[in-house]
Amino acid sequence: MSDSEVTRQGLRGTRPDREALIGVAAGRDGEQPPGGDTEFTSYYGRPVINSPVWESPDIPGYLFLGGLAGAASLLASGADLTRRPELARVAKAGAFGGAALSVAALVHDLGKPGRFLNMLRVFKVTSPMSVGSWLLAGFTPLAGISTVSAWTGRAPRWGATATAGAAALGPAVAAYTAALVSDTAVPAWHDGYREMPFVFVGSGATAAGGLGLLAAPAAQAAPARNMATFGVATELTSGQWMEHRLGMVAEPYSSGRSGRYMRAGKVLSVVGLAGALLGRGNRLVNALSGATLLAASAATRWGVFHAGTASADDPKYTVVPQRERLRRGEQARSGDAHTAPPDRTH
Amino acid sequence: MATNSHALYGEADPATLGGYDEPPPRMGFFTDTSVCIGCKACEVACKEWNAIPEDGLVFTGMSYDNSEGLGADTWRHVAFIEQRKPLAMQDPGVQHEDVDVLALASQGSGTPPEQARITPTTPGEPGQMRWLMASDVCKHCTHAACLDVCPTGSLFRTEFGTVVVQEDICNGCGYCIPACPYGVIDQRQEDGRAWKCTLCYDRLSGGMEPACAKACPTDSIQFGPLDELRERARGRVDQLVEAGETGARLYGEDPHDGVGGDGAFFLLMDEPEVYGFPPDPVVTTRDLPAMWRCVGAAALTLAATAAASFAGAMFGRRP
Ligand code: SF4
Ligand code: SF4
Repeated sequence: MSDSEVTRQGLRGTRPDREALIGVAAGRDGEQPPGGDTEFTSYYGRPVINSPVWESPDIPGYLFLGGLAGAASLLASGADLTRRPELARVAKAGAFGGAALSVAALVHDLGKPGRFLNMLRVFKVTSPMSVGSWLLAGFTPLAGISTVSAWTGRAPRWGATATAGAAALGPAVAAYTAALVSDTAVPAWHDGYREMPFVFVGSGATAAGGLGLLAAPAAQAAPARNMATFGVATELTSGQWMEHRLGMVAEPYSSGRSGRYMRAGKVLSVVGLAGALLGRGNRLVNALSGATLLAASAATRWGVFHAGTASADDPKYTVVPQRERLRRGEQARSGDAHTAPPDRTH
Repeated sequence: MATNSHALYGEADPATLGGYDEPPPRMGFFTDTSVCIGCKACEVACKEWNAIPEDGLVFTGMSYDNSEGLGADTWRHVAFIEQRKPLAMQDPGVQHEDVDVLALASQGSGTPPEQARITPTTPGEPGQMRWLMASDVCKHCTHAACLDVCPTGSLFRTEFGTVVVQEDICNGCGYCIPACPYGVIDQRQEDGRAWKCTLCYDRLSGGMEPACAKACPTDSIQFGPLDELRERARGRVDQLVEAGETGARLYGEDPHDGVGGDGAFFLLMDEPEVYGFPPDPVVTTRDLPAMWRCVGAAALTLAATAAASFAGAMFGRRP
């Protein structure tokens, strides 16, 4: 059907197809080239694996808040033990708030949010999401009791027990999300499984330290500053090592949108840490540095999230390393054939 | 409780691993792409039988392929690849005058390769175009990443060794989707849950073959006990290679591959990635024990970090 009109000025709204060329003259425009690149083959450049359907800000937020909560629970329990009540209150609230919001973000991302309790239908160690759901199911109420007790002053013994309980689960809460993203076929996530947990706990420590600097009085902020220092150092070194080890698969960590997030994370963490170390004692500088460190941790999570999506969307990251692996396997086999005489009995 | 954590890779019988005491033989598909004619009867039959919603009315420019790839609403997908490689002579002007149809009919349905003008085994001139077609489907992996990572137990292993989603349990967490090394399972946008091929679990339970295999006019899709299919496929690939089609190869048939072998495997005419398959897929959970160890080490590091942070504050200047 044609939408063209005849006017005094001639035809209007004719479709460009009327001038379409055919055969060789048309070239192959309008057709998809069957392969994408010269160095590898793909099916019309289409991704091999299906990209995560997880969405931003839900899932990067879930990763960030979980890390914050886990590390903050450790800060809370340490503050209790060393009698820093202000820092303890802040950290407890961070642990509870982080965990609760992390769960909320996960539930919001579900295709069927009303069925979120199905997460606790089974326990499967093969599913880091199942393990994480059980961890959060234990951690969140403990952090909640600890927070309520700290802010109302009621039931101090329950509060102390809950704080200790949350701190016992805290490291696992901060770290399991690394297994969660790595346990996929997404190249930039899976292949980085060795360093990812360190990037994630580092990022969590940066966030919790940042929160302490932001909200606790300067007189009690020293452990938070130390934790942020450890966090930034761990996050940066393990991230660097991961990018180095992964080779071409790590490209999304330094290019495109994910690369910009990762760079922002690095810059913000260095700036925030410098502020925290140089401006010690100054309440305002502490607060600004703390906020910067929180933003740094979030930027890293967003970067990791988008790097995964980018590496899933480009077949190159799936095909090239697998081809390479096959080629090496073949070489190794033919290497064996040289050393051991081939079996010619049949 | 459905965990099979001690058997995350290698050769295995999935139904036994899944906890069935005396399972029936493992069932699967052998998709022989050398005889696929790209009719898409499998796509249609699958949609009809399983009542799958429409998957987009688009024109992709990817040869005759307008369903693009497997997903929540495409459980069989026929790929079309145009190549400048000799396979069959594509000769539109076949003369029929001197053909004795009755003699052909009496000889049976199959034309012997040496008499056929157009077969995968009759090489054309170099520079000729060839057209590859392949019907893709869920591989029903021996070690299925989708099933391993599903936190609700919605994905389960059937007694036939296949992998099925229980839609009344799936909460749409989406974990299975990036876990599948083949890009099979996906989320249905309008309903939020994950969907994929069930290998017609309902039909199998009733003693029938899956709809796609039933509909395939050339027997490119063959259904049966996996052992039998593997044996037949090996014979077929030998036959093709012997006849000069050296590109013929099996894909997903080897129980020692990265997923422990596919329940649905293929005979391909070119490298797997040409068809959109990963060349060397590995089930992600093979590395899960190592991942948990790294997570444990990182968690301990964090705990030590926290302790050191407070110890440091004790010795350092206060504030
Ligand atoms: S091909 Fe993908 S969806 Fe099918 S069983 Fe294997 S992992 Fe699961
Ligand atoms: S989306 Fe459904 S089937 Fe897939 S892992 Fe989550 S609960 Fe399991």
